This record gives sequence, C-alpha cells and structure tokens, in this order.
Amino acid sequence: MTVKTEAALRPRPALPAGHIAFWGGAALLCLALVAGFRVLDNEYAWFAGYFILQYVLLATAWNILGGYAGYVNFGAAGFLAVGAYTTVALRKAFGLDLLPCIAAAACIGGLLGLGTGWLALRLKGVYFAIATLSLAVLLHTIVVNWSFVGGSRGAYVLRPASIPPFVSYGEYLFVVMLVLAVIGVGIARGIEGSRLGMGLAALRDDERAAEAAGVPTLRLKLVATTLSGALMAVAGAPLSHYTGYLNPEAAFGLAFSVNAIAMPLIGGAGTWFGPVIGAVLLASLQQAATVTISSAANLMIVGVVLVIFAAAAPRGIVGLIRGGRHR
Amino acid sequence: MDPELALLVNAIISGLLLGSLYAAAAAGLAISFGMLDIVNIAHPALVVLGAFAVVVVSGGLGLDPLLSAVLLAPGFWLLGAGIYTAYHHFFERRGDQALHGLAFFFGVMFIIEVGLVMVFGADQRYVDPSYASITYYFGDIDLPLRMLVPGASALATIGALALYLRTTFTGRAIAAVAQDPEALRLLAIDPVRIKRFAFGISVALAGLAGGALVVVQPIDPWSGHVFIGRVFAIVIMGGMASLSGCVLAALAFGVAENVTAAFYGPSWSPAVAFGALLLVLAFRPQGLFGRAA
Amino acid sequence: MSGEILLRAEGVGKRFGGFVALNGIDLEVRAGERLGLIGPNGSGKSTFVNCLGGSFPAHEGRFIFDGKPMAGLAPHRRGHLGLARTFQLPRPFNSLSVLENVTVPLLFGPARETSPAEARARAMACLEQVELAGRAAQHPRELTQVDLRRLEIARAIALRPRLLVADEAMAGLSHTEVAQMLELLFRLNAAGTTIIMIEHVMRAVREFSQRLVVFVAGNKIADGDPNEVLAMQDVEEAYLGR
Repeated sequence: MTVKTEAALRPRPALPAGHIAFWGGAALLCLALVAGFRVLDNEYAWFAGYFILQYVLLATAWNILGGYAGYVNFGAAGFLAVGAYTTVALRKAFGLDLLPCIAAAACIGGLLGLGTGWLALRLKGVYFAIATLSLAVLLHTIVVNWSFVGGSRGAYVLRPASIPPFVSYGEYLFVVMLVLAVIGVGIARGIEGSRLGMGLAALRDDERAAEAAGVPTLRLKLVATTLSGALMAVAGAPLSHYTGYLNPEAAFGLAFSVNAIAMPLIGGAGTWFGPVIGAVLLASLQQAATVTISSAANLMIVGVVLVIFAAAAPRGIVGLIRGGRHR
Repeated sequence: MDPELALLVNAIISGLLLGSLYAAAAAGLAISFGMLDIVNIAHPALVVLGAFAVVVVSGGLGLDPLLSAVLLAPGFWLLGAGIYTAYHHFFERRGDQALHGLAFFFGVMFIIEVGLVMVFGADQRYVDPSYASITYYFGDIDLPLRMLVPGASALATIGALALYLRTTFTGRAIAAVAQDPEALRLLAIDPVRIKRFAFGISVALAGLAGGALVVVQPIDPWSGHVFIGRVFAIVIMGGMASLSGCVLAALAFGVAENVTAAFYGPSWSPAVAFGALLLVLAFRPQGLFGRAA
Repeated sequence: MSGEILLRAEGVGKRFGGFVALNGIDLEVRAGERLGLIGPNGSGKSTFVNCLGGSFPAHEGRFIFDGKPMAGLAPHRRGHLGLARTFQLPRPFNSLSVLENVTVPLLFGPARETSPAEARARAMACLEQVELAGRAAQHPRELTQVDLRRLEIARAIALRPRLLVADEAMAGLSHTEVAQMLELLFRLNAAGTTIIMIEHVMRAVREFSQRLVVFVAGNKIADGDPNEVLAMQDVEEAYLGR
C-alpha cells in the first residue's frame, strides 16, 4: 500500500503534495537555503539558521506524540538534553565524531521514549504531562551529579574550525541540522497519511472507542513515544557543538519545553506542516528579539502569541489557512 | 545528642517547616486542579506574583509581610475570577480544555514572569520582618521563626479553608462541582459561578502563599519554576481533591528533600522527590493519601 | 435459531470497592440469536458489556467466546475475534470524517491486509447499510443524534462481528427513528450477526428479542421467553414497584 492512496481517503488531504513532490521540494529548498546563506557569507546566519532548524525538528518530534496521539509532553527539554549529553559523553569516552553521536542519541532517546510510553499506558491526560515533567527533573538531577560530563559546571567541546567541503563549521552544523529536520518532517508527514496516523488520531479522539474498533492502542502509543523521543534527542545531539560549551542549565532550559509545545500549537498541532510554520515563525521572532531587545522579551512574545492563538485560533495557522469549519 | 542523629532530627524538622510552605503553595492548586479539574500550570507564577506584591506593599506601607498578604488576598481573588472567566469563555465552554487550556495557562505563566522581569528586573527581592532573625534553640534542634511563622500561618489558613469547605453550603458545592455539575443545577446553583468563586479562592491562596514564601527566602521572577513540578506532585500524591492529603504529601515531600540534602548533598534532593512522584504515578495514580477512584 | 453456543459467561463477578456491580452472572448466547438484556439503571448491564469487551477485568468467572476463553485479551483483540459493541453515549472520532470513522476498524480490524482503497469501499458499504452514505464526508459534530447512533453501529459492523452488543442504541430516539433502528438490527441479524440488545425502550425489546434476560442489582433474575419474563412478578417489581 502506498501513502498516497491512503491519503486520498481524506476529504481534506494534508496539503496537496505527493511523495515525490515533497521530497523533491525539500531537496530544492535545502539547496536554495545553503546557496542563499553562502551568498550572504555571514557566519552568524548559519548559527541563526541552525537555531531555527533545531526547533523545527523539536516541534515536529513533540507533535508526533502531542499532536497526533494527544499526549502532552512537558519534558521536551529532558529528551533534548539526553541527546546533547549523549554526544558529550561519547565524545569524551571514545572521541566519536558528531554523526555517530547523533545516531546513538536517536537510540537512547528512543529507549527513553519507550520508557515514557510505558507510563502512557497507565497515565492519561494531565498525569502523563506531569510525569514527563518529573522525568525531566530527574534526568536534570542525574546530569548535575554526573561528574564525567562536567556535572553542574558543564563541559567544553573543542570543535574543528571547519570540515571540508563546508566553508565553516557553522555551515556544517547547519547542513547537518537541515538534513535531520527534513528527515523528521518527512517521518511526521508519512505518519500523518498512514494507517498509523489514522490509528493515532482515533486514540487521540477517544481511546476506549478506538480499542473497541480494533485499534491496538498500546502498540501505537509505544511507537509514537519512541519515535518522538528519538527525534527530540536527535534535535539536541549537536547542541554542544553548536554552543561549544554545555551545562545542565542550558541543556535542560525551560525554553525548550515551552517552545516544543507552543510552536506546534501556534502552527497547528496534528498536522505535519503546523510545527514547521510555528517553529520558523517563533524561532525567528525569538532570534530577532534576543538580538534587538532582550531574552526576557522573547519569552514574553511566546507567552502572548501562545495565549492569543490558544484562545482565538485553536487549530493554529494551518487551521486559519484552511479555514475549516471543523475543530 | 549524637551528631548524626541531630543532623537527622534537624533535617526532619526543617523539612516539616519547608513542607508547610509547600503546602501553602499547593493548597490553591488542590482546589483548582484537584477539585475544579482546571490544570492551572501558572499557579506557581501567581505565587511569585503574590510575593512581589507583598514586597511592594509591605515595603511601601511598612506593614508586616504576612498581614500585607492578607490585605492583598481580595485583589488576588478578583484576578482569579477574571482568569477563570476568560478560561471558561474560550476553553471550558467549548470542551477544549485539554490541550489548548493547558497552553493558555502556559502562556499566562510566561506573561506573569516576564512582566515581573520587565517591571522589577531580574534581581532577587526579600522582606525583613522583625522576627526574621530570631531562632529558638532546643538543645541541638533549631527552630528559626523565619520558617516557623509563615509555616504555621499557612497550616492555619489551610485548616480554616478545609473547615469552610466541609461545613458551609458553598464549600460543599465547590467539592461537588467537578464530579456532578448536573446535581448542582438541580439545586439551582450555577456551576460556572461556583467554579469562578472557587478559582478565585485558589488564586487568593496563591497570593497568600507568596507572602509566606518571601518571608522564608528571597525571590526572583523565575522562582516559580522550581515549584511547578513540586506542587503538582504534591496535589497528585495527596489524592487530588483532598486538602488534608495535600498537607500530608507536602510535609512528606519537604522531609524527603531535606533529609536527602542533609545526607547526600542538596543537588540530589529533587531526584528523590520526583523519583517518588514517578513511582506514585506509575503504581498508584490515585495518590498516596487518596481513595481509589 | 438454535445454533451452537457462541458466548458463554461463567460466574462473572465485578466489584467496585465494596459495591458489587455483577454477582456471578451465568449466561449463554447461541449463534444467530437475538437476545434482549434489560434491567433498571445501575443493575450491571453496562458493567457486563464492559467486562465482556475487556475495558476492565472481571473479578471472578470468565467469558468464553467462540470456544476461546477471553481472559487477559486486550479490547482490540476481542474486536478482532468478532466481538463488537456500541457505546451508550456515542463516542465518535471527532477529528475524522464519518467515512474515516468507519475506515479505522477496517484498517486495524481482523482483515488488516485490506488495501486502503478496499477499506474505503468497505467503509462506504457499511455506511450504506446504516443509511449514512450521504454523510460520508461530513464530520461527527454535524450529525444528529440518530445519525450518531447509526455511525456507532456502522463502526461496529465494520469489524464484521459475529456478536454485536448494542448498548442502548435507541435511547432518545423518536418513534419513527426507533422503528428504523429496529429494522436495521433485524437486517443485520438476518445476515447472520448474533445481537445482544441492551435497552430501556420496552416496545423495541419486546419486538426484537427472541429471549429476554433481566438484571437487577448485579444479579440475573430472569432468563427466558420475553412474554413470560415480562409477566413475572419479580420483573414487574423491579421496574414498577419499589
């Protein structure tokens, strides 16, 4: 079976783009972005771009569990930090390069997600959300007390000045995150049109009715938590290389958890495109605010925009564009 | 006394004092989250807002901070009633509270905190009531009034509230409103009005807790963050809608944290409390001190 | 009528705290049968369905469906084995269209090798059976009460069940709507589906049931020919007297 015919079942398809069109478009977009940034020739642009892309991936990952399955994860920062610290630990222990560290982060994040999924079997709604928050605090405490990765003082990561054929290390990181973000969005989009997506939507709307309709809710939830956890950890894996220095305060920053929720909601939770729009908009806004005003102002922006959208446009920007009658 | 034992006893006693502060911060949430089913994630931020208001009022008028908190309570009640009105209008009425209501309170939390940063700056604030520097000693055991006075006031307030909920008609309506709104309608009580009134009380409690908090420790606009997990954990462990369960859970939380900090260092104390919460959630979701649903 | 025994409940008991919701229920249902299950509110009817469907475990006894014990099977596995139910209050998937609502059990049901196109066609056929095909593209929030109940049944029969439990499918429906719903259930039964009808609408139960079972306070107090059962002293007391 193909995703395409299955998507045809939906009266309102998730944006009218076929498989080939999506991947082709994504590839073109990537090339255009890299080419454009090279023309700009500004080292800061790569870092700003990385900042936004990392949120695209984080928001997309959160959306797989929160938007598709309806399980709110308050502990996104915990998953992201697990990815970041996987890199720090593996680099220090075995001197591994970034790419294998990212793969390892995906595995560990996935395992942690699977563990969270075990909680989701027993806990519904807000209890699950609180459990994920606790999990993040627990992980934070462990990292603070783990002196191998620097404990509360943090750890410095020496990174190469550049990796050929990239002009700078900033460009390299940007491209890595770009590819990861496209893969993440592609996975989310694939889920949305598939049998899995339909089953998750059913269990999000009514878990008991879904069970009665033959949906193996238990297995689907585990798939969603695992995928979501793996992708969040991947979003964090290059963080230490990006900042050059990683401490628990930065890795477990509340801004990650809040943005992971706010971005999909503002863009449109439950659609693959929503988190992308939300992340690009909010992250750009925050980048701009950090540069021009203050870091307090950027959180204020997130707060105000979040309240307005939650109240006035619960289906997010994607919902506004579609103008659907249904909620 | 054996020094190890003295350390333990002191840790337990200061844990109980810390726990009564936690109880103050969590009691309002036991009403909004436990009884009304409103996931007010901004509750700790409202506590911090209360603390800042107390700093301003007690500093400006030269009043005792706890007295200032009591004077401010009606204002916080109004604020709470206002927040509930908006929440009800946009979310509860539409049956949309799960995801978007949560997002709403998340946003409110950030608006309060960042607003505080913009008005007061990111610096720490504190108050210095006359009793703050007095400590009673019983042998090896210390009893600082800086902890004892706010803790005792908090427990007294919660006791009075519990009495109110148990004995008055409105109080019992509040306890019943989430379980059975239809029954209230049959008694010609508007559940929305009851919930607005009760949510106002919960926010007024947040304001009072802020007064207690700022007596105990200096606060900054972000102080609420360390309480988010704790207060929800306490309400859940306490069995949601039970004020007595909430107080017991808060005391247990305080003691567990302090004993861990005394023996293994303060950096481990969150792990014990939150580990306990995860275990409770996984194996006994109805809470340690609650009845089976 | 008298096919082999499809469902057997053996001493099924369920407690909530100290409250005994079901007290050692024994019940046999034959393949192809139309069974009515009645009882006052709180008599344990819905608890019985929930235990049967696997929403929560029974404390005592067991269900044997089609020769297989059901203990420990997750609800969706029971659905795959041919046990379908509707809910007392309709529980549609609100973010999915009517057609998609019915597609879900087809995608995840016993015949999950079905291709999406096939699933869609089958779902449409199910909707036609319940006369809801015209609303396939709409969303559940746009449906009337009777259409929501039709959707419940369409979603249940999409599992191609051997046993369908219709939990108060007629509640709140008008006279004509009840008649339509009855006709639908008769048709399903004629096509080979065994049906347990849980109902308060007496006229419908009397017309539909070949056999009538009465629960009172968690006990089965009667089981037999509908007219005889309804004439029994105990049943009348349970319903009218107090």
